[in-house]
Amino acid sequence: MLDFPLWRRLFLWAITLVFALSALPSLITLAGVNLPPSVPSPMVNLGLDLAGGSHILLEADPRQVASQRLETMEEAVRNGMRRAEPRIEIGDISTAGGRLSFVVEDPSQVDAARDVVEPMTTGAGMTGQRDWTIEVLDGNRFVLRQSQAGLNLAVQNAMESATEVVRKRIDALGTREPTIIRQGDDRIVVDVPGLKDPQALKDLLGQTAELEFKLVDQNALQSDIAQGIVPPGSEIVQGAPGSDLEGQSLAVRRLGGIRGDSLTNAQQTFDPQTNEPVVSIQFDPAGGRRFGVLTRENVGKPFAIILDDQVISAPNINEPIDGGSAQISGNFTVETANALAISLRSGALPVDLTVIEESTISAELGKDSIAKGAIAMLVGLGALMAFMIATYGRFGIYTCVALILNLLMILGVMALLGPLAALTLPGIAGLVLTVGAAVDANVLINERIREERARGRRVVQAVEMGYKEASRAIFDANITNVIAAVIMFMFGTGPIRGFAVVLMIGIVTSVFTAVTLTRMWVAAWLRKKRPADIVL
Amino acid sequence: MKLLKLIPDNTNIKFLRWRVPFYVVSLLLMAASVGLVVTNGLNFGVDFVGGQMVRATFVESQEAPLAEVRQEIDALGYGEPVIQQVGADNKIAIRMKLPDSGDASLTDRMVRDIRTTLEQNHPDVRIDGVEAVSGKVSEELARDGAIALALAMLGISIYIWVRFEWQFGIGALFALLHDVTLTVGLFALTGMEFDLNIVAALLTLIGYSLNDNIIVYDRIRENLKKYRKMPLPELLDLSVNETLSRTVVTSTSLLITLLALLVLGPDVIFGFTAAITMGIFVGTYSSIFMATPILIWLGVKSDSFVPREDVADVQARKARGEA
Repeated sequence: MLDFPLWRRLFLWAITLVFALSALPSLITLAGVNLPPSVPSPMVNLGLDLAGGSHILLEADPRQVASQRLETMEEAVRNGMRRAEPRIEIGDISTAGGRLSFVVEDPSQVDAARDVVEPMTTGAGMTGQRDWTIEVLDGNRFVLRQSQAGLNLAVQNAMESATEVVRKRIDALGTREPTIIRQGDDRIVVDVPGLKDPQALKDLLGQTAELEFKLVDQNALQSDIAQGIVPPGSEIVQGAPGSDLEGQSLAVRRLGGIRGDSLTNAQQTFDPQTNEPVVSIQFDPAGGRRFGVLTRENVGKPFAIILDDQVISAPNINEPIDGGSAQISGNFTVETANALAISLRSGALPVDLTVIEESTISAELGKDSIAKGAIAMLVGLGALMAFMIATYGRFGIYTCVALILNLLMILGVMALLGPLAALTLPGIAGLVLTVGAAVDANVLINERIREERARGRRVVQAVEMGYKEASRAIFDANITNVIAAVIMFMFGTGPIRGFAVVLMIGIVTSVFTAVTLTRMWVAAWLRKKRPADIVL
Repeated sequence: MKLLKLIPDNTNIKFLRWRVPFYVVSLLLMAASVGLVVTNGLNFGVDFVGGQMVRATFVESQEAPLAEVRQEIDALGYGEPVIQQVGADNKIAIRMKLPDSGDASLTDRMVRDIRTTLEQNHPDVRIDGVEAVSGKVSEELARDGAIALALAMLGISIYIWVRFEWQFGIGALFALLHDVTLTVGLFALTGMEFDLNIVAALLTLIGYSLNDNIIVYDRIRENLKKYRKMPLPELLDLSVNETLSRTVVTSTSLLITLLALLVLGPDVIFGFTAAITMGIFVGTYSSIFMATPILIWLGVKSDSFVPREDVADVQARKARGEA
């Protein structure tokens, strides 16, 4: 137990130094000194409650998605029946109770009606279910219900694009390093460090993005566009960064376009003929009609898809597009097509988002917390070290050195983990608490050594027995703390998770410093001095 | 060098002799805590009941204009605010519970209005923090908190049961219930805010108060193997006495750091620290006076940790010709 060969000593010191030194950049910065950027400096990330900033939880209402889908389906059915050859007359259309029901007036057309409706439903992801179920009652009444799988997929798509819209909009605010994460089925967490008043952000998330479809003005000359000259009724738009048109300018007709708020969906799919990746878009009924007119009158001409005043794509209109859905093709890979589909979807927020939780902390309050936490830590640590030395003498000094290294190692591990282990306000309490608890292992060991001495064992045996017998209790005691910390991590919100992280890291480092390191020091001292008795 | 000894060597305090009166007192205290929670109720934070809390500092004033602020916010018509000074005379916390309404965006509007009102009427105000939780989220947080507490107590008790014997698991569970009940009782008594942080504190104190139990239990297990013939109460007393010095030194160490945090630390986590401090007190007490005596009533036998012989073992022994 007390045998520490050189390689083992070097190994333990290497571990200790790597982690302990990782804490120094953060501490030096805390003391107000700026490090030169050439020094590699892992930093302890600060949680929003210490760094200051805003945490916002947004929630969407899945029922809104369901009712939108129902509306779209109703329009699609009406249009489909009207356009069928021969036209199919339907009546008694109702969307009550979340399902679409209608009657085919001429019972002999029921099969034809089914042929119209069936293509409007598609498979719902990998579930093998359709996204709508079609039932025919009493011979001629159609009832269309949204399947749960279809609705789930729709909500999932809606949330995915809502998150993207939220991200884009927050980026547009110019805030630094926002974190935007989907949570559960219908929520989005937004953390923005440094934001003092989230009102602007909350307002922004209530707006609709600008997506427009405009005809490209082919009469404009490239040389004129470069000089900023365009024919009357046209305007210049820039290609969006990252698109095929990056760095280019286009002239588009100012009027006669379609606004993107009439787009209800966009998906990456494959062209059935060429098997090329394409983007399928879906307009709402009114937008679909206008899109039909626009394309019928402009076959063969290019139109520009403009998002936030930048052209993301300018495909040719190959044929008139009726029915409110269209395919955008154009040299896509699956990835680029998917990216475009997401961009198109993120044109408008597909669902309203409501702020259901907000927590904003000013940077001043955060700084104040750090300062007070640091003072409490120093005073507590000082008093504790005095108590340890008074109680255990030389062994107390070992404990104190272990304590300081422990503290440094916890901060060092957190610095190396970066954003995975941010320090929060409860986390500071966790640090102080861990320091208080870390001495428990040493107390157990020292008390045990004292007992073994009292039973008449010689110094070396007493020390060996002390470490051996105490280890079991130390292990059991720490496991229960790990259980508590893991549960806290699972159920807790941001700040409390920070606390749980400190506890978990602290448990590991305190066993390492309080048991392994002190044993190495005690062993070195015993071997060197060979004391006949120890004061304990 | 003369070392400090909080507990003299070789104590022989008869803790177990007074187990019945101690139990009566503790059970009464637990009943009183439950009673206080029922009658006084807990002062739940906005994260459990929904609503908002705004922290503000009046930078250029010595003292916050409490009455004015109260009037201004009353006038908004969301209900009566709870306004307290926190930490300093010019720092306040304004708390508004959520009016009964299913409207999810109501909390958000409340925050906006309170913020605007403060900033318009008091040019020197600095908003330090805003906490707003809708009714829906608060219900979830409360539920998650309760589940987490129950899971932690159960998980830890099961661990002890596996590592020791079922009686020890029950003893630990009872001691935990005792600690949590008394700590919650303290919050009902003082009216300190009971929020999600306090649940985290309860989880922490569960972990730490159990440390003490485990140390004592570990010693009881060791002594049960060592002194087969010793009567149980005597053996328990011996185990508690042997570990007493450690119990006191460790608890003192924790209290030293916690006291520093309580007095000098950030105001925002005062309640959190207070809960853990209380927990260390009652946890130390319960590991000696609650978790240990219960083992007698639960029927721990001196052979609890001796491996049992089954029929096969007996036959094998007889075959070897041993007695």
